[in-house]
Amino acid sequence: MKKTLINRRLFPLIIWITIIASIIAAPSLLPVFRLNLLGRYLSLAIVALGIDLIWGFTGLLSLGQGIFFALGGYCAAMFLQLNSSANLPNGIPEFFGLYGIQSLPFFWEPFKSPLFTFVGIWLIPSLVAALLGFLVFRNRIKGVYFSILTQAALLVFFNFFNGQQKLINGTNGLKTDVTELFGQMVGSDSMQRMFFWITALLVVFAWFFARWIVYDRFGNILKGIRDDESRVRFTGYNTTIFKTIVFAIAGGLAGISGALYTVQSGIVSPQFMTVPFSIEMVIWVAVGGRGTLLGAILGAVMINYAKSLVSEALPASWMFIQGGLFILVVTVLPEGVLGWLQSDGPRNLLSRLGVSRPLSTYPGLEEKSHDEVRL
Amino acid sequence: MVQLILESLFNGIAIGSVLLIAALGLAIVFGLMGVINLAHGELMMLGAYSTYVTQLVFKLPALKPFYNSYVIVSLMVAFLVAAVVGILLERSIIRRLYGSPLETLLATWGVSLILQQFVRSVPLAYASGIIIALLIGLIVPLIVPHDLLSHRRNRLIKVGSLGGSVLVGLLSANWLSTSISRLGRASARNVDVTAPSWMRGGLDLWGITFPVTRLVIIVITIIAVISVTWFLKQSVWGMRIRAVTQNREMSECLGISTKKVDVLTFGIGSGLAGVAGVAVSLLGSVGPNVGGSYIVGCFMVVVLGGVGNLLGTIIASFAIGIMTDLIGAGRLLSIWPDMPSPLASTVDFFATTSMARVLVFALIVVFLQFRPSGLFPQKGRMVES
Repeated sequence: MKKTLINRRLFPLIIWITIIASIIAAPSLLPVFRLNLLGRYLSLAIVALGIDLIWGFTGLLSLGQGIFFALGGYCAAMFLQLNSSANLPNGIPEFFGLYGIQSLPFFWEPFKSPLFTFVGIWLIPSLVAALLGFLVFRNRIKGVYFSILTQAALLVFFNFFNGQQKLINGTNGLKTDVTELFGQMVGSDSMQRMFFWITALLVVFAWFFARWIVYDRFGNILKGIRDDESRVRFTGYNTTIFKTIVFAIAGGLAGISGALYTVQSGIVSPQFMTVPFSIEMVIWVAVGGRGTLLGAILGAVMINYAKSLVSEALPASWMFIQGGLFILVVTVLPEGVLGWLQSDGPRNLLSRLGVSRPLSTYPGLEEKSHDEVRL
Repeated sequence: MVQLILESLFNGIAIGSVLLIAALGLAIVFGLMGVINLAHGELMMLGAYSTYVTQLVFKLPALKPFYNSYVIVSLMVAFLVAAVVGILLERSIIRRLYGSPLETLLATWGVSLILQQFVRSVPLAYASGIIIALLIGLIVPLIVPHDLLSHRRNRLIKVGSLGGSVLVGLLSANWLSTSISRLGRASARNVDVTAPSWMRGGLDLWGITFPVTRLVIIVITIIAVISVTWFLKQSVWGMRIRAVTQNREMSECLGISTKKVDVLTFGIGSGLAGVAGVAVSLLGSVGPNVGGSYIVGCFMVVVLGGVGNLLGTIIASFAIGIMTDLIGAGRLLSIWPDMPSPLASTVDFFATTSMARVLVFALIVVFLQFRPSGLFPQKGRMVES
C-alpha cells in the first residue's frame, strides 16, 4: 500500500513544484514570443478549470463555454478601446467611423470605468451563464440535450457578434494590442511580461478556488448530481440551484480566462465563439483528466503547446492528431492521463506486462475513507 | 398578397426541406439509437464530394451522353459512400460507446475532424479508391454463399476477397487519377458542382418563379421521407429496428440480432446524410466544412420535433424553415407594410440570415421552456437516470 500512498500524496506535489518552478523560470528562459504563448495557454487553463468543475465534477458537458470566454474578452477589449480613444474624433473607437456611427452605443458607456470592467469581466459571463443554465436546468434538460442546447446557444451568440458591425465591429473583432493601459502599449514586451505574471497568479488562485468548491459539502452534492441526480433530488436537494450556481461559476472563470487571453493575443473576435474552439476546450480537460483539477490545467497547457509546436512543423497533421486524441481519450483513457496515473492505471499496466505484485488488501479501502477528493 | 404568401411559403419549404433531409438521418441515428453523431455533417460532406466525383466521371467521353442524369446516379453513390463510412464508424468506435452518449459525442467529433482533414490532404481519386475497396470488402461476405464460408478453407476466401477488394480499389484510384487529372491532386479549395442543364432556370407558375434546383431538392426529400417511413413501418427489418429501439434485451431474447440491427440502422442514417450531401452540393460550393454549418440546425430540428418521432422532425424542420425565411428576408414587413414603427424597426433588425438564426434559436429555447421534450414527446413513464 505504501507505494500507492506515495503515488497519491507525493505525485501532485511533485507536479506542483515543477509547475511553479517552470513558471518562475520561464520569463528569464523563454524569448518574449514563447513567453507570450505560454501566458496564453495558462489563461486557457482557467477556462479548463471551469469546464472541469461542470463536467468532471457535476457531469454537465457544456459545448458553449466559448460564449463566456468571448464575453470576458469583449469586456476587456471594450474598456481598452475606450481607454485609448480619448484623442480620437468624437472620443470613440476608430472602427465606429467606418460605419458612420457618431455616438457610442449605450452598452459601451459603463466600460469607461475600470472598476466596472474588472467586475464585469467575470460577473457578466456568469450572469449570462446563470440565466441560460437556469432556463435549461429548470426543465430538467440534461445529458446530451444540455450539450446540444449549449452548442446552439453558442451559435446564437456567434451569429449575433459576427453580424453586428455597427455595435461591436462584427467579424473583425476588437483589437487590443495597440491600445494603451497605464500609459503603455498593451502589446509591448513589458506589458506582456506583466500579463504573464498576472495570469500565472490567477491560475493558482483559480485552482485554490475550484478546490475549495469541490472539497466542501457543496462539492459532494455536485458529485452526487454527477453520479445519480434523481437520488440527490429525492434526498431533498434542489439540484437546479446547485447546477445553476456551478454553471455560473464556470462561466465566470471562462470570462476571466477570455479577458487574459484577449490582452495577450491582442484581439478578441467572434472566432472565440466558434463551435470547434469550444469543443477543443473539453478535450483539454478530457486528456488531462476530468475530475482532477490539476489535470485540467496540465491538459490545457500541454495540448496547446503541442498544438503550436506541431502546427509550426507540420500544419496539416494537427487535425489528424487532435481527432485521434478525441477518439483515443474516450475509448482508451476515459479518466485522462492524470486520472489514469492516480488510479490503478500504472499497476494494471505493470500486471499486464507481467511484473505485478500481489495486493495486500482489498484495493482502495484505506485511503478513500479519508481522502475523497482527488487533487 | 396571396402571391407574396405563396412565395414565402415556397421559400420556407425549400429551406425546410434541406433541413429535413439533413436531419432525417440524424433523427434515425439519434432518435432511434440514442447515438449523438457529430460526424453527421461530415458524412453529408462526403455525400457532396461524391456528387462532385460522379459528375466528373460523367464528363468522361464514354458517359457524356448520360451527363444529364448524373444527379440520379450520384444519389445512389452518395448513399453508398456515406453508408459505408458510417458502418465502418459504427463497427470501429461507436459500438464500444453505447450507453455513454457524451463520450460518443466527443469521439464522433474527433472522427469529424479527421474526415475534414482527410478530404483536404488526400487526393479525391485515392479517397474514392479507399471507399470502393471498403464497399467491396463489406459486400463480398454478404454475397458469397454460406456453405462456401463454412468450408474448411474459409480463411483463404476471406483473405482472397480482402486482397481482391484492395486491388480493385487501387486500380480504380489509379484509373481515376489518370483519366481525371483534377482528382489526382489534394486540395483544400472548395469545388463546385454544376447542375445539369435541365435543373437550371425556373418554373413559372401563378406569376412566381420556382427554381428547379429547389423543386428537385423538395422531391428528393419527399421520396426519402416516404421510403424511410415505409421501411420502418412496413418492412421486416424496420420492425426489428423499432423492436430494438423499444426494448433491446427483450428483442435479443426473441432472436433478433441486435448487432445487425445496429449496423443497419446506423448505415441507413449515414446513407441519408449522404443523400442530404447531394442536395447541399446543388445549393452552393462544396468544401471540407460544408457539413459543419448544418449540424447544429439538424440537432435543433430533432430536439424540437421530439426525439424518436419522424412526424415531429418533419413538422419542426418546415416550421424552422418558414420562420427563418419570414424573419430573415424581412417578409413580415412586406406582408404587413403599415406595421407600427417600433415593431417595424425590430423586424428590420433581425432581417438578415444570421440574425434570423439568432431569433429562431432563441424562440426554440423559449419553446422548450413549455415543452421540454419537443413537439411530440415520447409517451410513457420512465425514470430518468
